Amino acid sequence: MMHTAELLNVFAEHRGDAIVVPGRGGRHWVKLTTRETLDVPLGDPAMGGHAGFALGLALAQPDRRIVLFDSEGDILMSLGMLATIAEQAPANFYHFLLDNECYATTGGQPVPNAKAVAYDVLARGAGYPRAFAFTELVEFSRNLPGILAQPGPVFVALKVLPEVENAPIGRRSRWQTRTRDKVVQDLRVELGIGEAA
Amino acid sequence: MNDATTMALSPETVLQHMKQNGVTDVVWLPDSETNWLYLLMKAEPSLRLIGVTREGHACSIAAGLHAGGRKPLILIQNTGMMESGDSIRGWLLGMNVPVVLMVGYRGWTRHGVNTDTAATYTERFLMAFGINYYLVENDADAPRISVAFEEAARTQRPVVVLVGDEYHGFNR
Repeated sequence: MMHTAELLNVFAEHRGDAIVVPGRGGRHWVKLTTRETLDVPLGDPAMGGHAGFALGLALAQPDRRIVLFDSEGDILMSLGMLATIAEQAPANFYHFLLDNECYATTGGQPVPNAKAVAYDVLARGAGYPRAFAFTELVEFSRNLPGILAQPGPVFVALKVLPEVENAPIGRRSRWQTRTRDKVVQDLRVELGIGEAA
Repeated sequence: MNDATTMALSPETVLQHMKQNGVTDVVWLPDSETNWLYLLMKAEPSLRLIGVTREGHACSIAAGLHAGGRKPLILIQNTGMMESGDSIRGWLLGMNVPVVLMVGYRGWTRHGVNTDTAATYTERFLMAFGINYYLVENDADAPRISVAFEEAARTQRPVVVLVGDEYHGFNR
């Protein structure tokens, strides 16, 4: 099992000018990033949709690498999205999955069949040409440069330690530093398709 | 030309309005009304078709396409639209995505005596979400498709075109 912050720290060294959709790793990524305007930390607009959003970005910006940090709870809601992504086959799409085996934001209840689902196998079965799985940081660190050197779509399942939240939502501290509107606006300006406010 | 033809919403008309309004990507899931349109879209080089397996997926994909500078259209059926409630809330309304959804109006009878609850709840669903919509039944109504595109761009919100032409025309 890895700590999400540690694996994101490893990834940050290899980020380059990729657009990063940090998903449920957002609370850590906003502290690590050095290219904020290429980050798309949306929080949770509606569960299950991060992969679709990142796919849309990848298709819209084929010359940019798109890196998504999805979660197993999200992808279990949208397994069919794997087939859609595989069919579209964006070569610039890198789909990382943070698998903590539970719904951490609702108190840590296990996802169905939490310890037995092989997400890399699901991705490969849906048609991803390349899929990997890692449980240890050392192995992940060693293989990451090679993974990012391959064309997408690539799927990488990562076992991470749960960071369970039990406080009522209204009492939780916000980690977002920008509103969703600002996040998208900043990205569009960075990409040359929007105007600054 | 018989009455059924003259009263139809032809797939050629729908495609023409897509092109006229600069649609780049159609995110869609087939319904009983769209097969002929599918064949036309597939043959149209200016359009990318993105097939989904559940209609809610279309919302987040459209949000990503829009953020990246494309102009998507969502093409689904009313049943799938209702299934997509939380995605419409979070990914379209919450992200201010100016997208047109063309929604097949399954069960539409024009007179309100419905035998299909898909029709019964369609407009109530849209009203509950505060989403504006236009009904299109035949080619004469088609300019409303462009009205929907203009409204979406002006308001930065999703706008729905209900396609009330289930049994003829749109499907040839």
